[in-house]
Amino acid sequence: MDWFMSPTSAGEKLLVMVVAILIFVAIVGIILWAIDRPKIPNWVVVVGFLGPVTIALAGGLLYPAVGTVIRSFQKIQNVIGPDGKRILVNGKVTTEKVFGFDNYSRIFTEDGFQRVLLNTVAWVILVPLLATSFGLIYAVLVDRTRFEKAAKALVFLPMAISMVGASIIWKFVYDYRQAGTTQTGLANQLLVWLGLEPVQFLQADPWNTLFLIIVMVWIQAGFAMTVLSAAIKAVPDDIIEAAQLDGATGLKLFMRVTVPSIRPSVVVVLTTIAMGSLKAFDVVRTMTGGNFNTSVVANEFYTQTFRQGDAGQGIGAALAVILFIIIIPVIMYNVRQMRLSEEMR
Amino acid sequence: MSRTSARKSITAVAGISALSLFLAACGGDSPTTTTNAGTSTSSATSSTSAPATSGGATSEGGSTEATETGSGGGGDVGAESDWCNTVKGLYPDTDGKTVNLYTVITAPEDTPYIETFKSFTECTGATVNYEGSKEFEAQIGVRVSSGNPPDVAVFPQPGLMRQVQESSGAMLELKPEVAENAKKYFPEDWTNYGTINDQFLGIPNNADFKSLVWYSPKTFEAKGYTVPTNWQELQDLQAKIVAAGEKPWCIGIESGEATGWQLTDWLEEYVLRTAGPDVYDQWISHEVTFQDPQIADALAQMGQVVKNPEMVNAGFGDVSSIASTQFNAPSAKILDGTCTLTRQAANFGSNYDASVKVGEDGDVNAFYFPPISEDFGQTVLGGGTFTAAFADRDEVNALMYYLTTPEYANTRAKAGNYISANRGLDPVNVPVVVQQEALETLQDPEATFRFDASDLMPAAVGADAEWKQFTAWITGQDDATTLANIDNAWPAE
Repeated sequence: MDWFMSPTSAGEKLLVMVVAILIFVAIVGIILWAIDRPKIPNWVVVVGFLGPVTIALAGGLLYPAVGTVIRSFQKIQNVIGPDGKRILVNGKVTTEKVFGFDNYSRIFTEDGFQRVLLNTVAWVILVPLLATSFGLIYAVLVDRTRFEKAAKALVFLPMAISMVGASIIWKFVYDYRQAGTTQTGLANQLLVWLGLEPVQFLQADPWNTLFLIIVMVWIQAGFAMTVLSAAIKAVPDDIIEAAQLDGATGLKLFMRVTVPSIRPSVVVVLTTIAMGSLKAFDVVRTMTGGNFNTSVVANEFYTQTFRQGDAGQGIGAALAVILFIIIIPVIMYNVRQMRLSEEMR
Repeated sequence: MSRTSARKSITAVAGISALSLFLAACGGDSPTTTTNAGTSTSSATSSTSAPATSGGATSEGGSTEATETGSGGGGDVGAESDWCNTVKGLYPDTDGKTVNLYTVITAPEDTPYIETFKSFTECTGATVNYEGSKEFEAQIGVRVSSGNPPDVAVFPQPGLMRQVQESSGAMLELKPEVAENAKKYFPEDWTNYGTINDQFLGIPNNADFKSLVWYSPKTFEAKGYTVPTNWQELQDLQAKIVAAGEKPWCIGIESGEATGWQLTDWLEEYVLRTAGPDVYDQWISHEVTFQDPQIADALAQMGQVVKNPEMVNAGFGDVSSIASTQFNAPSAKILDGTCTLTRQAANFGSNYDASVKVGEDGDVNAFYFPPISEDFGQTVLGGGTFTAAFADRDEVNALMYYLTTPEYANTRAKAGNYISANRGLDPVNVPVVVQQEALETLQDPEATFRFDASDLMPAAVGADAEWKQFTAWITGQDDATTLANIDNAWPAE
């Protein structure tokens, strides 16, 4: 059957082609015949629609999640033989799994890990707030102006750039050259034009985390602006007119009428970006590699799991579980608000 | 949907799919296009960029003729071993097969390797599928534990090899005849580096010679400096440069995932020169910890140079700029004279293109990083990569055998930027003069050679914690915290 998997001559290829067509026709025929049949029992339809999804979720999400939770409590230890040494079988060290809360206690007590958790909290709070407020203000400012389309496109463009690409761009922006030489980084060149000294943006702990957060904000602001702009346009004109008749203008109108009307959309945008910033792995890894106290949970569990050997497996899993626990309330809130905003329409 | 319409749609679907399949079958070639084995390859390379050879030496791809060894190299083993017939006798079933090789060496440095494997293909008919990845350190463990190892992997650190083997046991001991040949051509200490828990797994591939200081002879001439031959002269030279209002050293440790590794080499040099080779060996096995006064003292002395704003970082900025400078960026600053000294390995010359002449009367050259005291003789720090096999097939074993031969070492050396501890390697075949001298020192029984300590330590320390902690150290973390953190990362017995 080798020739069947990798045909070489034209005759073999034609034969393979014919077989492939027959198989395809048979499958399509079965599907069409099944649809055409009258009175399919209800459960067949339900299973047909839900079955593949359930199997995919169980295999791709549930099974690894359960495995991760179990691994997060386990520590791999070398078995010590009667002579007080490790036991080697064919070069492999015999290990045993010990269950306990060691991994978690290490994460919550060691300085390095505490810093990682703090940084993650900073990301989850600052990125959604900055991106959403920027997007909202921008959407209101350019609303119904002559250059609205172009202005929106400008802010939306970064969305098209991958995280790693954006990180590399910003790494150049923050690039440092010593004072007195030609600067290659835009940010430091601006400082030099202002008559200041160039700064090591990516090493200036604790501010460097903020400079990394700006990269994520730059990417996410376009998303926030687009969704909120659509929500603002959906606010009925008669409500606005009624408010104006009651004497609401400018900022008051915005704060008292517009924002409450689009509140569900704002919450959805906030929570969606929060979920995105919890996964902020690529920005940190590309720009600093987690050095200079900029590491976040997502970057740390990669490092622990894949660079620290057996000892890191449990720590990595525990970090993943912590991330999972942090994100659950955010997702629940997000889903609830989604439902609310759907009901409003 | 009625019966007739269903039938119509079936025929339509079948017709369209038939057409598209027909086009697909005739349009594309069959996916298995192998390079034409057996025919002799010319020296034409398929790569668009020239390999990073320095000194303008051209590689003679495909030719396996080695020159007669002189008195310098080869010694009593010679540079020819008739390996091809041996391999054909031992491992007959190789023709048309493929060996998957996984390595950390990526383009453009991979070109000379791919060139060298052509002579293997000529002999055996087996092709080497070369896969380079900068993510090797993280990915090799993933691939092995998920049951998808490469056939052959080139490990950048023996410590990583140990970690993978101790957690999986997936690496295979070298075949007796391969091991025998490796022991014939490599000095015992090198085969020991490839031996993990009494299993001989890794064949030494290239050798790094790290105890060198690169400088520009033109800068020295213009400013009236002389090349230091001992520690005191180096101190005087540093003082002289500082007095002239310049910083003597430039250092860069930025290296993506591996940021920080340059400083581990600095510490190793200082431990070798202040505490000596015996302490160095105990340090590798953690009998002497990082917090031991002897290591702490070496770090303190090293800090007087690399953390001293008067001494670094010429051409780049203050001390903190060491962390943001690419590890090979000093090459340009040495050339333009803004930086006077940089401590780098012998292969540092590969950062220069063919227009830059390496040598005493050239644009750049290197001198030996002198010993601090007379007590330990000429200590040399080096490193290297090791090739280990995960599969027991004829073509894999044949490749492993080829990697032990002097023909491989000489062919690979001719292709540029390569020296090896292989005793059959003739210095004549090393195109760059600095590497040639490094090779001669390597083959000199008088020199005390020590392998890169961090590469021998467990990977959790030597390929992660140490790098990260030194990066923190250079940007302000104090000695005691740094050393304590590294010790804490040492895996429990």
